[in-house]
Amino acid sequence: MIRSLIPLFALLIVSIIFAVGLTKDPRSIPSQLINQKFPSFSLSELNDAENIITEKDLLNKVSLVNVFGSWCAACITEHPFLMGISDKENINLIGMNWRDDRTKAINWLNYYGDPYDKIIYDDESTLAIQLGVTGAPESFIIDFQGQIRYKHVGIINKKIWEKDILPVINSINMI
Amino acid sequence: MKKCFLIPLLAIALSFNAISKVPQNDIDLRSKEIGKSLRCVVCQNQSIEDSDAPLASDMRQIVKKRILEGDTNDEIINYMRRQYGDFVLLKPPFQKNTLALWILPFMLIVASGAWFFKAKK
Repeated sequence: MIRSLIPLFALLIVSIIFAVGLTKDPRSIPSQLINQKFPSFSLSELNDAENIITEKDLLNKVSLVNVFGSWCAACITEHPFLMGISDKENINLIGMNWRDDRTKAINWLNYYGDPYDKIIYDDESTLAIQLGVTGAPESFIIDFQGQIRYKHVGIINKKIWEKDILPVINSINMI
Repeated sequence: MKKCFLIPLLAIALSFNAISKVPQNDIDLRSKEIGKSLRCVVCQNQSIEDSDAPLASDMRQIVKKRILEGDTNDEIINYMRRQYGDFVLLKPPFQKNTLALWILPFMLIVASGAWFFKAKK
């Protein structure tokens, strides 16, 4: 009697393993970079190819580095929110124009508005790969010492801002 | 007088030789080998070697650049793993959370073998 139940038990165990395993998303890559120094880089500013931006521009303030591109449809959805926080919030808003064309990106910003304090032009994914970026939009919060404190994949809206991002910024500002 | 010309030329030729210590053929082979073991993180189960995605092509460039800078294959793979995690490896590494994945098939073979011979008796 008990012997004949063995296959049933085996099936049960396999079902449990699959139920847990298959609902996990292997694509949601945990950021390897949380609490690590922001990678060092030296890339030009989008609006001024002569002007070089480095990781030192992220020091001594709380920065939000936002990966975007004129080719990125979701970025258009996110954009009004960034426009909204750009003057309101006391944050260094850094754009990272990823795999884009300089002229197209500038036109895009002229059309939708430019919320950024500075824009890093990363057309060859030099910085994107160092940051483990897989898509746009993606955002990173950097503290005063230039450490990555949070990574958000996908668009930021009011809900996500208040629930996930603002608490991180507040915890940095408290220290 | 002719010799005076030759010396700087020779020096230039030698310095070029010193810069590209790794022969081109070697670079291609190694970058292919590394590229095949790295996952294109924006594709469905393709390596960066097989993928036409822009990010994959940028990743290939970085692999090549690092080979030229003298990194070993493992160093380059570990570099990518630092940013993208284990997900970037096409072949799962043998470690604590993949133990079942690697050991279970062998256990199944042994168990089914034992069961088979027992049933035969």
